Amino acid sequence: MQGRWGAVSGRILQAIPVLVGVVVISFLLTRALPGDPAVQFAGAMATEDSIQQVREALGLDKPLPQQFLIYVGQLLQGDLGRSVSTGQPVAADLAQRLPASLELTLTALILSCAVAIPLGILAATRPGSWIDQLCRVLVTAGVSLPTFFTGIVLIYVFYYLLGIAPSPLGRLDFIYLDPPRVTGFFLIDAALDGDGATWVGALKQLILPAITLALFTLAPIARMTRAAMLSALSADYIRTARAAGLGRGKVLYGYAFRNALLPVVTTLGMVFSFVLGANVLVEKVFAWPGIGSYAVEALVLSDYAAVQGFVLAMALLFVLLNLVIDLAYSVIDPRFGSAAQ
Amino acid sequence: MQPNRRTFLSTGAATLAMLPFARALPAHAAGGDTLVVVSGQTINSLDLHRTGTNRASYQIAVNCYDRLVTFGTKDAPGGGLSYDYSRIEPELAESWTISEDGLTLTFKLKPDATFQDGSKVTAGDVKWSFDRAVSVGGFPTTQMKAGGLNRPEQFTVVDDETFVVTLDRPSKLSLPDLAVPVPFIINSTLAQANATAEDPWATEYLHKNTIGSGAFKVVRWDQGQQVVYERNEAWTGGPVPPVRRIIVREVPSAATQRALVERGDVQVAFDIPDKDAAELAEKLTVFSTPIENCIHALCLNSNFEPFQDANVRKAVAWAVPYEAIFNAAAYGRGAPLWGGSEEITDISWPRPSQYATDMEKAADYMAQSAFPDGFETTLSISTDLAYWMEPAALLIQEALAKIGITATLEKIPGANWRTAALVEKTLPMHLENFGGWLNTPDYYFFWAYQKDKLFNSSNYYNEEVERLTDEVLHVAMDDPDYAPKIARMFEIVLEDLPRIPLYQPALNVAVHGADGYQFWFHRQLDIRSLKTVES
Repeated sequence: MQGRWGAVSGRILQAIPVLVGVVVISFLLTRALPGDPAVQFAGAMATEDSIQQVREALGLDKPLPQQFLIYVGQLLQGDLGRSVSTGQPVAADLAQRLPASLELTLTALILSCAVAIPLGILAATRPGSWIDQLCRVLVTAGVSLPTFFTGIVLIYVFYYLLGIAPSPLGRLDFIYLDPPRVTGFFLIDAALDGDGATWVGALKQLILPAITLALFTLAPIARMTRAAMLSALSADYIRTARAAGLGRGKVLYGYAFRNALLPVVTTLGMVFSFVLGANVLVEKVFAWPGIGSYAVEALVLSDYAAVQGFVLAMALLFVLLNLVIDLAYSVIDPRFGSAAQ
Repeated sequence: MQPNRRTFLSTGAATLAMLPFARALPAHAAGGDTLVVVSGQTINSLDLHRTGTNRASYQIAVNCYDRLVTFGTKDAPGGGLSYDYSRIEPELAESWTISEDGLTLTFKLKPDATFQDGSKVTAGDVKWSFDRAVSVGGFPTTQMKAGGLNRPEQFTVVDDETFVVTLDRPSKLSLPDLAVPVPFIINSTLAQANATAEDPWATEYLHKNTIGSGAFKVVRWDQGQQVVYERNEAWTGGPVPPVRRIIVREVPSAATQRALVERGDVQVAFDIPDKDAAELAEKLTVFSTPIENCIHALCLNSNFEPFQDANVRKAVAWAVPYEAIFNAAAYGRGAPLWGGSEEITDISWPRPSQYATDMEKAADYMAQSAFPDGFETTLSISTDLAYWMEPAALLIQEALAKIGITATLEKIPGANWRTAALVEKTLPMHLENFGGWLNTPDYYFFWAYQKDKLFNSSNYYNEEVERLTDEVLHVAMDDPDYAPKIARMFEIVLEDLPRIPLYQPALNVAVHGADGYQFWFHRQLDIRSLKTVES
């Protein structure tokens, strides 16, 4: 146990230079973007004078090093700055939008794991059978269909034609009010509030976008499960276990699956981080107020504080995610406990 | 239970009282008193004057605040209603007089006008609001200047109900400029109570609160998701709106918007793409109103040699495949601006040019020019406006190739477009979409044909146009000199062709179970006139 906490604090310390790098690079990259925020926010009819007024108001007339010092100073006080386009502190924007994205992504991942892992295991234990072919078809379809296309098809079939899905209007239909905010996850907040109607309402809105994302994330997880299971099942220790007369379930889940889990967890981490940033298209189609569309909007408008805040929040999230994955390794494979340092 | 008028009336009051406490409104309560609008645009502030407020947010100023005056209503071309630029009507002002010399505008406020918190609207509030608009800088200040409103000293309070605007010179643009969204009247007592030393104009507070006297108030604003409006029962600016509660939901995807309005789950889909409008028009009511004083144009930059040759410009104008562009880029929504008569008998604007597609004439003009063998150039478009610019540019490129002009397509990212096209004016041949809020031809000329003006991206300069525009800009439209001068300006620019008009774009709105839509020059949704109908 001592070793594990040591590993955790070691990892957190290692994250500090990463974060410093992210702060510097995100600051420099946003400034290197084409487009001048002062021109952007002064509006189409702006004159030289009004652009200059806006530039001063945004503090962009100061030299870069000074701007950077101001930014770092604010960061150290926990202030991510203020987004010009939303007029709110970036921290407030992120707190509002990140849970929406996380709720969607996590639901999608749980859904896709629930399908992909059993599918991968079944495909690996019966290579060449119909279930293996089904796995192959699903994987190919999941990779080759872009998410916005799947999303629109699902809306067309389940909402427009059949009328069984609710209006694709974001996280909650307008007849409900948001549940009192605790975590920002509507399902959790509504459950904590004991509000069944809102919980069901939120779940209904979540189903189609979550399926869309799940179809997309299913492919790498199923592939990886199948491959890892295949190699585990052909390993010597499995032959030994079988020869020793252990039960089929024990061999499959106790030995093969546990060893196959490592690459699957790694893939899961990668898929999660990729999807969280890349589900902009799903957000657009389902009017989901997530972090992806916020970041894209901020980039288009050269809204510096918002872009920097987004990059930093993502960096923090990934540091955390990697930590969780490393910890998961050590749970799955005890040899990792000390090696993680 | 199906709602009918009787059950609605009997339960209406009770519902109203318990509404803020209801977790979930029963679905059928959304009947006649609630209307849902979807729009792809995001509202990023409740205060139009704030730096960074986007166009979609102007609707808040329109719906939640009053101005002194507003425009009348007329039937729009292509169905539905439109604002009427030629008629100025009272909103907060009961009446007004303009002095003999045209320099003093005296407004009498409506004595019963109140803000939404119940306090009386006074001339002091008007002055504070106007002072704010000319002082905060950025877009509001520029727009105020267009009407000759430059400094706080121009606004005086005579008594609680009398307000005077003093102009530096008489101008026909001043009164209409008071009816645009910018000079909206704010509850100054409430605003000042929330102002700070760094923020004397209370921009922080107004960013999140509507404190006007308008027809609606914002009861809920979830940024990036929705705005919920609720009717102000005590509105004095006009007839009380028919719908009590209007929800504007943001739905970025056009396909989703379309599915929602087709199913009838939302009543209005605002500002939908031309393609969807053309297809939906077969099933639903779609209003496609040509945007007044707005022209999609092909601009030829006079700083580049081939375009200094009048024959080249005419060759291009005769070569452009207007009809094909109108169909491919606008799906036939809007109004054609080609094939008009050369003789100018009226001063309506935008005016169809005398050019049409005629490759023989184009080839003739090319042969007479200094570039009989053609030349190479670039045709620039903005990626933000690619939905119409790209198909138009490809068709133009193809047509120009036939008369020997090799145009390379250049796509410029939206963030750089304004600098390259409008500020530095360095694009030889490009597409442009300027539209003026104030609907007079001379206002368009002021921005797009006068030397060094922002939207004159062709670097056009003509001494006579310069002089005539200055002469007519502030002159009343019924002045005997006005029409002949405007006709002369039309004649010159259509001969000189710094901008080749392609077509007049449209603003498309699909409705399903709603009525009363009215087009406005600011291209935002005025919800005050909307009503629900049985679909």
